[in-house]
Order: sequence, then C-alpha cells, then structure tokens
Amino acid sequence: MISRFRQIAVLSLLALQSASLLANEGTPIKIGEIASLTGKEAAFGQSSHKGTLLAIEELNAADGVLGRQLKLITEDNQTKAGESATAARKLISRDKVVALLGEVASSRSLEMAPIAQSSKIPMVSPASTNPKVTAVGAYVFRVCFIDPFQGTVMAKFAREDLGLRRVAVLTSVSSAYSVGLSKFFKERFLSDGGEIAIEQKYSEGDKDFRSQLTAIKATGVGGIFIPGYYSEAALIAKQARELGITAALFGGDGWEAPQLLQIGGAALEGCYYSTHYSPEDTSPAVQNFVKNYKDRFNDEVPDAMAALGYDSALVLADAIKRAGSTQPDAVREALAATRNFMGVTGNTTIDADRNAAKPAVVVAIKYGKLNFFKSVAP
Amino acid sequence: MEFAQQLLNALSLGAIYALIALGFTMVYGVLRFINFAHSDVFMIGAVVGSLLGNYLPLGTWWSGLACLLAAMAVCALLGVIIERVAYRPLRAAPRLNVLITAIGVSLFIEYLFQNEHVFGAAPRPIPPVFPSVLWQWHGLSISSNQLIVIGVALLLVVALELIVYRTRIGTAMRAVSLNPRAAQLVGINPDVVVTFTFALGSALAGAGGVLYALNYQSVEPLMGVMPGLKAFVAAVLGGIGSIPGAALGGLLIGGIETFIGGSQFSTYKDAIAFALLILILLFRPTGLLGRRIPEKV
Repeated sequence: MISRFRQIAVLSLLALQSASLLANEGTPIKIGEIASLTGKEAAFGQSSHKGTLLAIEELNAADGVLGRQLKLITEDNQTKAGESATAARKLISRDKVVALLGEVASSRSLEMAPIAQSSKIPMVSPASTNPKVTAVGAYVFRVCFIDPFQGTVMAKFAREDLGLRRVAVLTSVSSAYSVGLSKFFKERFLSDGGEIAIEQKYSEGDKDFRSQLTAIKATGVGGIFIPGYYSEAALIAKQARELGITAALFGGDGWEAPQLLQIGGAALEGCYYSTHYSPEDTSPAVQNFVKNYKDRFNDEVPDAMAALGYDSALVLADAIKRAGSTQPDAVREALAATRNFMGVTGNTTIDADRNAAKPAVVVAIKYGKLNFFKSVAP
Repeated sequence: MEFAQQLLNALSLGAIYALIALGFTMVYGVLRFINFAHSDVFMIGAVVGSLLGNYLPLGTWWSGLACLLAAMAVCALLGVIIERVAYRPLRAAPRLNVLITAIGVSLFIEYLFQNEHVFGAAPRPIPPVFPSVLWQWHGLSISSNQLIVIGVALLLVVALELIVYRTRIGTAMRAVSLNPRAAQLVGINPDVVVTFTFALGSALAGAGGVLYALNYQSVEPLMGVMPGLKAFVAAVLGGIGSIPGAALGGLLIGGIETFIGGSQFSTYKDAIAFALLILILLFRPTGLLGRRIPEKV
C-alpha cells in the first residue's frame, strides 16, 4: 500500500515538475540588477542601470533569449553599505532570478558576491575593478579590466606622459576600490623610478580635504593621484585649487560621472582619469550604441558606466543563449567560456580568474569637456 | 606656513561645528534632551540657501546675506514646527521617548529629502552667492569663504550671548534651564521659552548649513549627519548646556580633526578625535566648561 502511495506521489511530483517546465516556456527570464540609483554615488547606478535597461529592451525587441522575454528586476541600494547584501538575498530568494547584474562600486559588489556564490547564482559586475570581487568564487564574473592594470596604466601615464617624478597619493580608506587602486599605482610608480612624496587618507562622505591638501602642498609635488569616486574627487579638486595647488590631478574610472564636472567645474581643468570607453570612439558599434542611448534617454551621452552596464547584460544574455537553458550552473559554465564577445567597451574574453582583459582609455579634461587622450591596450 | 594654513582650516571648520553645537546645547539646557533632528535642520538650511541662490545675482554681499537670513528664518520656523508637532506632546513622557522621537524625526527628514520629488539623493552644487576672492599671502591661501564662515560664526555667538544674558527672554531661558517648576511659579510660560529656544538654535544651524555648503560647495540630504555628530560631541566636550562650552568644543574638535587630518595619521582622524573625547570625559565628566550639579537623593 505504502509503496503504491509512494509511486503515485513520485509520479504526480514528476507531472507537476514537467508542467512547471512547460509553463516556463512563455514566462520571462528574470534577471536581478542591483544599482546605486540614489545616494552619494547615484550617477554610477543611474548610468549602469540605463545601459542595462537599454540592452534588455533591445534583446526583448529581438524576440528575447531562448524564445523567452527578459525581465529586469532592479533594486536600489541607495549607495549604502549593507543594502546590496539584503537586495541580493531578496532577488535570489523571493524573485528567484536566474542571474545577478551589478554593482559598479567594488565595496558593494563585494557585499553581493558571497551571497551569489553561496546561492550558486551567477553574478556579473559591470564595472567593479578591485581584484577581490571575482576572487570570491566561481560564480562571480566581471566585464571590465581590473585595478592592477588600471594602476599600471595611470602610473605609466604619470611617469611618461606627464613626466612626473614625485607625486602625492590621496586615498579613500573606506572604499575597497580606492585602497586597491592606490596600492597598484604606488607599486608601479615606485618600480618605474618615481617617488611617492606623501600619502594622505580620507573616508567616503568626507567634505573637508583642506587639512590633507595643505600637508600635500607643503611637499611641493608635481601631481596628485586621487583614486576615489567622483563625489569626493570634485570637491578635492576645488579645495586644492583654493589652497593654491597647481599640481596635475589624476584618477581612475571612479571619476566617471557627469557630476564630476558639474561640481568640480574649472578646478578640474587639465586633469586626467582612466576609464573604460570613450563615446568619441568612431567604431560603428560604439556610435550605434551612443545613438540608441541618446534616443532612449533624453539625448544623454552614455558614459563608461552606461556602456559597461549595457555590455554586462549582453554578455549574460549571450551566455544564457549558449547554455541553452536558464539553469544557474549551465549559465555559469557558459559565462566562464565567453570568448571574444564584441561589446561597446571592446572585446570581452573571460579569463581563468573570471575577469575580462580590456583596453583602458585616458581622458583629459580641457575647456570644461572630456577629451579622448589615448587608449592603452592590456 | 603649513601650520598657519592648517590653523585657518581648523578655525573655519570649528566655527561651523560651534554653530551647530550651540543648538544642541541650548535645547539640552532647557529641555534636558538631545534634539537629533538638529543635524537635519542644518541640512535644510543649506538646501534653502542653495535653492534661493539660483534666483539671486551671484557674488554680491546682499544676495549672500539674503540666503543666510532666509535659511535662518526657514530653519527657525522648522525648528518651532518640529518642537510643536513631535516633542511638545511628549513633554511629560519619559525622556527616552523624546529621544527616540528625535531620532525618528531625523530619519524622516533625511528620507523625505532623498526622495527625487523633494530634493533627491545626489549631491548638488551650491551657487557662489557671496563674493569669492582668493588671497595668496606668503604661501598662505586665504579664501574669502573661510573668512566669512569665521566672521559670521563669531558674530552669531556674540549675538547669542547677548540674547541669553541681556534680554528678558534670555533671563527666562536661564530660569527654565535652572528649574522649570520654579520658573513657572514666578510667571514664566515654559512653552514660549521652549519655542524661542528651538527657533534660536535652529536659526544658528540654518546659518551653519549655508556656510558649510558654501565652504565645501555641495548640498545633499545626508550632509548633516557627520557634522551633526561631531557638533554633538563638541557640545558634550565643552560641557553640555554651556554656551561658551559649545563654542570652545566646536573649535577644539575642528582643530583636532584638521591637525590630525594633515598628519601621517589622517586615516585615524575621527578615531583620534573621538578617543580624545572619551579621555577628556573620563577626567571631566561634565565637559570642559560644564558645571557640576550635585545630585540630590
């Protein structure tokens, strides 16, 4: 009797399962996205979200993936510490997303990554450059270059293009991105025969940098490397100029935001930073993306975060296509096997450490505008 | 020269902490509780200044003063409203309830302003309403903004001192602070005194907000949190309830932060500032200028 019951139970379970598999055919594939849509670094989240959204809309217009539409579920972490972990848990356990996209800032990606890893849900970060992010585990990927490369690019740039020998470094101690980038920059700059005259620190959210800058001014360096985010970099530039510091200021992709110039203004004249792409790139893929983005979002010119947001969604969709299913493990395998995927930020090939080696672009700020300075291949 | 520059930086930062600390200390003096929403009143002062600045000609004295006065007026009114709506109904309740309410009001204002339709969470630049000049003198950079901050703060502290010690309402404030029951017995209406205290303290915070925003050139809904916390520490350090204590505490915290920030220990500037606070309070539990009040059992 009992075995009979068990048989029926097993059979009906199987029936239910196949029914749900069939039902899956028409239902959209859920993709979770975590972005800082509001808060201190809202510009990052806004840009990457718009890029991601554009990619999803274009994919859906072209009949989606595996014959199913994509559904993007976006959570805002308000740029706050702790929120990204909560949002990742919610997206995985309640919304049952197939994969996660996000975050731009490394500190917040590092919050999401352990949750994605332990739930075995693939995660693709568009723009987190700290090496630790993908080191969390086999389910965590990124579609951008990493800071050892970016630090090297900026150290060589300072040494060769700017001809600097003595520089100061102003690091944010509460951001994983800033601490990492600062370390890689210093290593390369020192081994290239440069000298770090002074190193000063600040914390995220600080508004007053005069004390650190006054100490830097006293050393009389020719340049200041500021591996922070735009919200602080703009204020640092303003206060540096107010204190009569004429040294060249330069930073990394954390500077990439429209607010940098809005707040920093004339103080940023003659400053440089490294980033992932330039909208001035004349390749048809980039120009097509810029045109579609402008049409969709009020004539805004997409910045690097938007371009990486776009690419992260496309790389994920491509992996789902190649996997032929939405099973997280299959998608993970396919992501790891991504080779020569052409996006708007260049060629994405996922290496053994789940990173992408991509060219960096150095941008010069001149006449209140961003100008392409040079591109450095990996 | 580096020392002189850091001293100037310290004074302009400390002056703002002092302005906020005065509001904390006055409310504590009269009502014996910490008004945590005070930091958000400070933020609203900056918001008012930046919004009004868009409609005024930039770089003139009168538009700068207009921004300052408007922010002070709006904040005074806001302080009165917060007291009337949130704190007065709890006047007889245990002090802990009022404290929790204050935190609630603070969070409410912060989240309200983070809403895109109210102000939005992204930092915005504040238009330079005051004339902005930069003097270079023997390697010392003096910005007119820093001088304005120090000047206005000094002026307001003197004005406050005069109000508290030379006017009838000031005498009433001191009476309520000393003994609310007895003050009522001699015909002082505590509600009027409390309302006035909130208006005065909030106006100072509003002025502090505009000056802070002008000095650091950005406005955002959470901008009051850290300065508010440090000003609260300054008030405790100087002796909470004491007006000169708050001013002294503000300058001290600003000074410690700046000088440590400019040294090789810049990573630990807040840690060291707060550790000093613990040390000072261990040896002087009532703060530097606080009076010792014997507990009667």
